[in-house]
Amino acid sequence: MRAVDAVMECLKAEGVDVVFGYPGGANLPTYDAFVDAGIRHVLVRHEAGGGHAAEGYAKATGKVGVAFGTSGPGATNLITPITDAMMDSVPTVFITGQVRTELLGTDGFQEADMMGITMPIVKHSFMLRHPLELPRMIHEAFHVARSGRPGPVVVDIPQDLSRADIDYQPVTDVHLPGYQPTIEGNTKQIRQAAKALAAARRPVIYAGGGIISANASSQLTQLVREGGFPITCTLMGLGAFPAPDPQWLGMLGMHGTRSANYAMDEADLIVAVGARFDDRITGKLSEFAPRAKFIHVDVDPAEISKNIPAHIPIVGDARNVLEKLIVEYRATEADRGRLEEWWDRIRGWQAKHPLGYADSADSEIKPQYAVQALYEATGGDAIVASDVGQHQMWTAQYFHFDKPRRWINSGGLGTMGFGLPAAMGAKVGRPDDTVICISGDGSIQMNAQELATCAENGIDVKVFILNNGYLGMVRQWQELFWDGRYSQVDMGSFPDFVKLADAYGCTGVRLTDKTTLVQDVREAIETPGPVVVDVRVTREENTYPMIAPGAAARDMVG
Amino acid sequence: MGEPGTKEVLSLSQLEAAGSLRTGRKHVLSIVVENKPGVLTRIAGLFARRGFNIDTLTVGPTDDEHTSRITLTVDGASNPIDQVTKQLHKLVNVLKIRDLEPADTVTRELALFKVAADGGQRGELMQICEIFRAKVVDVTRRSVTVEVTGTTDKVGAFEQMVRPFGLIEMMRTGEIAIARGRGET
Repeated sequence: MRAVDAVMECLKAEGVDVVFGYPGGANLPTYDAFVDAGIRHVLVRHEAGGGHAAEGYAKATGKVGVAFGTSGPGATNLITPITDAMMDSVPTVFITGQVRTELLGTDGFQEADMMGITMPIVKHSFMLRHPLELPRMIHEAFHVARSGRPGPVVVDIPQDLSRADIDYQPVTDVHLPGYQPTIEGNTKQIRQAAKALAAARRPVIYAGGGIISANASSQLTQLVREGGFPITCTLMGLGAFPAPDPQWLGMLGMHGTRSANYAMDEADLIVAVGARFDDRITGKLSEFAPRAKFIHVDVDPAEISKNIPAHIPIVGDARNVLEKLIVEYRATEADRGRLEEWWDRIRGWQAKHPLGYADSADSEIKPQYAVQALYEATGGDAIVASDVGQHQMWTAQYFHFDKPRRWINSGGLGTMGFGLPAAMGAKVGRPDDTVICISGDGSIQMNAQELATCAENGIDVKVFILNNGYLGMVRQWQELFWDGRYSQVDMGSFPDFVKLADAYGCTGVRLTDKTTLVQDVREAIETPGPVVVDVRVTREENTYPMIAPGAAARDMVG
Repeated sequence: MGEPGTKEVLSLSQLEAAGSLRTGRKHVLSIVVENKPGVLTRIAGLFARRGFNIDTLTVGPTDDEHTSRITLTVDGASNPIDQVTKQLHKLVNVLKIRDLEPADTVTRELALFKVAADGGQRGELMQICEIFRAKVVDVTRRSVTVEVTGTTDKVGAFEQMVRPFGLIEMMRTGEIAIARGRGET
């Protein structure tokens, strides 16, 4: 069979049920193979949309997301999704066409050095040199993408090699001698961690996206419940622990709750699991959690002691380590009473500094309220994909996620335009769930073309644009830190999102009245097919509380 | 140092001070890699991204035809070098990395010097070569080409000695290194 037909066999063997992609010259053979392959292909409107859709699919299902593009511009349009998947450890495989081997290195038509361009932003990449290597390469790509710390893998296939006639033999084993992720946590280290936890008077569990990747939510929840520990999650970790809950402090970091950030600041022991002490978490690094010792659990050894030196480093899969840690902690028979004083302190902060905002006196919709209305209208029972900006932070603050894989956003790279295609991918992967995209009037326009993909394919996503006519987060920073000198943040009043929705074959709705908002939102969600809701919100609203840039967590403002 | 969001204007000296963190000892890294296309680019790129200058780099075959050995030397405080070696380990084609301790390592490099030396100066040059156990590999009426092997320090010392004659050209291979004793590098 042709090499491209072998690719399809490999995809099926890997359990791939959908591919998001876009054809072109260099991957014509691949697209010919799709005709008979029996694999669903969603034709996106821009390769970046396909890449983010693959990410959304992967985040919602836990399976590897797959995106295809042609050579040259098709491939370079995938750069942002690939980088995004690298930063947020999303298991993805990107298969790109490449010019014929005789044209390689000659600046051939639609030639781009995809291997060279993507080297710093992939977990691994392959370029096909011989057609017989292809099946093994595809399986290796999936293995690398999904194992250890997940990430994006690029497979670049020259057009002529993809047409080669090969004797396809299914590949059942993958052997990469240089790639052996450590899954099992070191037992001695785990025992030491349990002892440290048992001795701690002011512990905090700080969980990140690694919990979601490792499917370790129930283990995390069990440890937190059994030990009576306070827990906070990063933006990427929301849903790892069921919120709201008496032990839940809320998100931490730049726009986290005061109680979460104050608890980190005063903790004597911080247990980081699947989190990486990003600068959005720590604020000023030298003043971060000055009294704490650190236990750091991560499957990627390079994360441990990268930003904060770990006293007890544990390399391993979060689920594996937490399972053992629960057993070891139980064996210490620690007295929960030792945490009472600590909880009193935390309860004090919680009572004094709840999340909040000043509601409007009239019918104007505050953006925070729009998120609350969405939470109320869905009862929290929805997958929520967000774009990047103020609306993302408000969603993280006011939409409480009680299950993993329900909160899909671009954390590390902060990619505007991520939300809609990611929601689309999530809906394809989880067709029975309600899938909502919360976006802004800036972000949505960076990949609005995917509304056509949704309409054409009956991908039933409900898009809520919190429309303030501004690039709100940049405006907020200019207001607070650049003397209110607004520069290029006013987005004006175009396009008309209701008409845009209509043009794309979606239902468009405009909401302006807070008094009927919950009911209006419910109706929009119940409207069949893709719906775009233009929610007109307060123009100049700031996201608070906030750790100002370069400040310490204890000096939160707002 | 200011965050990107703060409007504090940074002086060039502040920026330079923040960027020049490479202070510690020289590190010799010995890396065994699979013979796959692009491996060297991946490794070199990683060093560049993490802000390291590679001082020397040599690549050659090993006793296994499927692998190559890369020996490279960099300056770095021990903490960041640790971050780089961890990142190197994550490259799928990297099989083994050793940060060689200078005291437990034999290092050598080969250098060729083309020195401007006519008849009158040749004798003195030959004496220096004798001391350094250097070998003359080519002679013309107006030049002598010399081969030297040894540690980087020795090659450097030889360079100092011959420079006054008039150094036309110098080529150095960069260091290769092997662990002392019976154990594998």
